[in-house]
Amino acid sequence: MALSASDSKIHHTSAIELRGISKFFPGVVANQDITLDIYAGEIHALLGENGAGKSTLISILAGLHRPDAGTIIIGGVERRLGSPRDSLLAGIGTVFQHVLLAPTLSVIENLMLGGSWKNKLDKESARSRFAELCGLLAVTIDPEALVGSLSLGQRQQVEIMRALWRGGERVLILDEPTSMLTPQGVIELGHVMKRLRENGVAIVFVTHKLREAYELCDRISVLRNGAFAGQINPDHGSGMGEEETIEQIIRMMFDKEGQSDSTVDNGGTNVAVRNVFADSQTRSISVAAKEVSTIALPGECGLSAVSFEVARGEIFGIAGIDGNGQKHLAEVLAGQRDLATGQIELDGEDISVLKVSERRDRGFRYLTDDRVGEGIVSDHSVATNLVAKSIGENPYWKYGFTKWRAIFSFARRQIKKYDIRTPSERTSIGRLSGGNIQKALFAREMDDNAEIVLLNKPTYGLDLQNIASARDRIREGASRGITTLLISTELEELIDLADRIGVMYQGQMVGIVEANPGSENRIGSLMTGASLN
Amino acid sequence: MSELLTETFVTALLFGSVTAGVPLLLAGIGEQISEKSGVLNIGLEGMMLVGAYTGFCAAYYFDSFWLGFLFGGLGGVSVAMLMVLFCVILGLNQIVIGIALTLGADGLTALLHHFQFSRTYPRLSAVEPLVIPVVGDIPYLGEVFFHRHPVVYLAVGLVFFLVWLFKRTYVGLNLQAAGDVPAALDVTGVSVRSTRTWAVLATGFLAGVGGAFLANIGAGIFVPHMIHGAGFIGIVLAMLARGHPTWVLYGAALFGVSLSLTTALQVAGFNIPTDVVQMLPFTMVIVMLILLGRNSYLPAALALPYIRGER
Repeated sequence: MALSASDSKIHHTSAIELRGISKFFPGVVANQDITLDIYAGEIHALLGENGAGKSTLISILAGLHRPDAGTIIIGGVERRLGSPRDSLLAGIGTVFQHVLLAPTLSVIENLMLGGSWKNKLDKESARSRFAELCGLLAVTIDPEALVGSLSLGQRQQVEIMRALWRGGERVLILDEPTSMLTPQGVIELGHVMKRLRENGVAIVFVTHKLREAYELCDRISVLRNGAFAGQINPDHGSGMGEEETIEQIIRMMFDKEGQSDSTVDNGGTNVAVRNVFADSQTRSISVAAKEVSTIALPGECGLSAVSFEVARGEIFGIAGIDGNGQKHLAEVLAGQRDLATGQIELDGEDISVLKVSERRDRGFRYLTDDRVGEGIVSDHSVATNLVAKSIGENPYWKYGFTKWRAIFSFARRQIKKYDIRTPSERTSIGRLSGGNIQKALFAREMDDNAEIVLLNKPTYGLDLQNIASARDRIREGASRGITTLLISTELEELIDLADRIGVMYQGQMVGIVEANPGSENRIGSLMTGASLN
Repeated sequence: MSELLTETFVTALLFGSVTAGVPLLLAGIGEQISEKSGVLNIGLEGMMLVGAYTGFCAAYYFDSFWLGFLFGGLGGVSVAMLMVLFCVILGLNQIVIGIALTLGADGLTALLHHFQFSRTYPRLSAVEPLVIPVVGDIPYLGEVFFHRHPVVYLAVGLVFFLVWLFKRTYVGLNLQAAGDVPAALDVTGVSVRSTRTWAVLATGFLAGVGGAFLANIGAGIFVPHMIHGAGFIGIVLAMLARGHPTWVLYGAALFGVSLSLTTALQVAGFNIPTDVVQMLPFTMVIVMLILLGRNSYLPAALALPYIRGER
């Protein structure tokens, strides 16, 4: 199974040696005494929960943070990486988790960024370098397209190109590169990484997804609580199978025995199909979209005549490659975007013209995929954010006065109930990890009056435990009779959770498929538009 | 009304428009550079004031318009250095610091002028224009546009230089990235801080030269508080121009005409209260903002300090 098992000669030239790296932030030990070798020509996975210290270690290698202790040895020489420039000069290229491209510049301009003012802007040589990298990575992108108009997968390819543009010939760091990619995108990324490995580049691959790490990587290092927790060599030839290896990694990551079963590791081995749909015909229709269309601005994907019906208590998955209209669908349903034609019905009543708050009053809840930008006010406390959608309402506000005591005690109860890890209810929510922010959003949206929830990529960027708890939360909601619309790009997640799956392709709902383990191929071909022509 | 449109009136109006428009142009493109890089420079008015004062003093004592412009530019740079220190290096609020710099410069120049000249207002000699051959002989227009101090030609030339700079050089790319996604620039190894620093210093220089032009060529004297909102009009121009230097040129021309009209109407003895006439340029600002401000494009990271590693 492991691609690396046969073809990788084990290289033992160190590209980078980390010796006793420590980094302290106020109140937090982000990295503690990490010693790690990364060899030339290997794909090295860096695994760990959110907050395990992966990002900090990456930032140190990228020159964004300076370590408080320890040394970095590159090509046998001790180097100080004081700035991103030092890192690039040392041959380290980084692709960050959050896309760092200027949307108003073209692809080629983004790649040329960072040249010295003394040099002439040389588009011709940039273009030939671009063509060369396109060849190396086997991708096709229009160099003159504005980055703002590209899909996320394409933007990531541009980011990889930029990491390789100058620097990156020694080490390429990919920080959670697959979290925004489609299954097809992940496969393409795998090819790109293997091509680079053949060229002797060391690739550091940060991920949450164990199976990916197992399949793509030559070695896997695990971080836990900022410290090095262990290393595994999947192609060790010890006869250790995939399941065994993954179990061992989970033990390293969480330090407990087999608790995280295979539903957690995205394995799809433990898929329980709740065939709610079978009896949904007899149940009442909760949400229905009828021929819904929207107007798209350039660079967006609008909807054209999307129709579906969802039964009460059903989990209806919405699959599709990112950028095929999911954003518009979510916003139209939530009431944040006007629809051009068609209508949306809630319990048989047309709600197309209702405002966000009116839909909320009818029990409609929306969990955005833009957790930090749209979901929370990051400078405000956890408590304020937990009541942010009931501002002005009893019992938290009375006669225009804020009842802090009521808000704080409500927040404390929610924090306990939803296991939100925060120093206190008064902490700014922006300081929490992504998983805890998501828990707070679940706490806010899945309240007792919720009847329909629309979840847009609820597990994106979360670690295994938080993914598991989010999925439990969704199942638990459905069992309470909440109708769930689940937008996700993770096919395995949809098949695991949903009863039926509608597939979006270029703004249309091209098919609705019953979710069971065998439907992957059918959905996959719908997602890529293959079954249309 | 017909006596208003005499040849002399129109020529004087156009001549005055150029004189009034050039400081706005310099300040506007200066502001544009700084805004491109993500620094909203509200201190523009203050930079113009200090430039006007230092530029006037240099021109007066050295008896040279060129040295006047040089020192005017350096005066603007000195205020810009404070802006750099507080806003780019220390990351303080750009709006608060900008207002403080403008108010501070207003008081400082009035005070210095009082020490230096007490209550006298010495006047510079008239400027020696550089007449451009051939086009300078065009009736009326030749005199309006081509009998000018070379700085006027340089200012217009600068617009086209900036068009080239923004589109065709690394400087332009880096400036735009610093204003849109500073982290994207940082990770390519170019310091956001130094990019923004140079941008703000350039703004200071241009605003200072603009101020010196206003004092030395526009008025021929320095009077405290004489910039009188020109810096703020410059900020408006830069915001409306959405990154195009040529749009600043058109805007400066438009505002130049309305400023000149203010003077011309007063000179012509037209029977409108002066207060109303003096409101004209600022009414224009409001009208322009209503018409075009809705679509004004601003860099995404404008007025946001950049701190490496912060999300």
